[in-house]
Amino acid sequence: MQAPQDDMPATLVRQHATRHAPPPALAERILAQVRAEAPRPQASRRPRPPWYRWIESLALYGAGALSAWLAASVLLVAPPADPLAQQVMASHVRSLQADHLTDVTSSSHHTVKPWFAGRLDFSPPVADLAAQGYPLVGGRLDYLDGNTVAALVYRHDAHVINLFIWPAPPGAAADGAPRVSSVRGYQLLRWHTHGMQAWAVSDMAAGELRAFARAVDLEPGD
Amino acid sequence: MPHLPAAYNLARWLLRNDRNADDVVQEAYLRAFRFFHDLRGADARPWLLGIVRNACYDWMRQQRQTDDHLEFDELRDSDAAPSFGHEDPLALLEQHQRRERVNSALAALAPAHREVIVLRELEEMSYEDIARIVGIPVGTVMSRLSRARALLRQLLQHDTPLQQPRSD
Repeated sequence: MQAPQDDMPATLVRQHATRHAPPPALAERILAQVRAEAPRPQASRRPRPPWYRWIESLALYGAGALSAWLAASVLLVAPPADPLAQQVMASHVRSLQADHLTDVTSSSHHTVKPWFAGRLDFSPPVADLAAQGYPLVGGRLDYLDGNTVAALVYRHDAHVINLFIWPAPPGAAADGAPRVSSVRGYQLLRWHTHGMQAWAVSDMAAGELRAFARAVDLEPGD
Repeated sequence: MPHLPAAYNLARWLLRNDRNADDVVQEAYLRAFRFFHDLRGADARPWLLGIVRNACYDWMRQQRQTDDHLEFDELRDSDAAPSFGHEDPLALLEQHQRRERVNSALAALAPAHREVIVLRELEEMSYEDIARIVGIPVGTVMSRLSRARALLRQLLQHDTPLQQPRSD
């Protein structure tokens, strides 16, 4: 009869003993102290094992080398990212995230182009490029570089292409040569078409994006 | 903060005082964070509780050097008064008294017995995890648990069912 007798106090404890809850401020205090310590671990008063300084100096050396390498690669190799390219990329990502890809959803440019008529002070070239492999999904308004712009959405296989179009500023050099850039793995293509400036952005390869731009150029766009 | 309720409960039961548990748990977590920045996960739990447990024993050892003996009184004062709501006041009183009895019996155990009961019955940890936390073999955990239960039973039997309110 050892077991049941043994169980009696266990059950009583389980049912009646106080489970002491930590005061709500404790977690915050620990977190605050951890954060305060994090940037300068050597300032703590706790005795360290002797190998600690060794590891620490090794880590510091590594961190220094890494940041020097990063600084060199950013300053010497990669040109600073165009802020407009960043904006275009951000718009593209937002359009995919926020379930707000299109304001007007239609594969017909006869529907999409007139939709812009009352909403923009310019008429963007809208073409259905389904025959070339880029079916039109729809259009929406977006805002880039201080302009309300037309965003046309095309699809190519599983890829979504955002094509942003707005009038080129009067003094802008009208060299239509497409320029490719890449921001966070997205390919961006900037060029002039139909007298406007255009930005295409997608997760397709740069070559595919150029093919898309050629298809846009060749279409009359109305 | 990962595993904080279990860590605090263990420290509070070992030290029998809110403030000390607070300080020791905070110290132990800082110590733990210096080694690992992520304390989440099932494996971190016994490891972390082991650090908290050792910090409690360190603290008790230091205390013993200064005042040689620990007073047990604070434990009764720290429990919140029972809140009498819509339920039967008599039943609540009874429940309160039962809790007092169990709490004081558990508090009267030696730390080595108290900690295995807290980890097993309150935190519902496995024998293996308790063995890791306390730093003893699994077989010793089982025998210590059974010894602790026997001691608890004695304490609960000898205790009169209705305790006088303590105001000494």
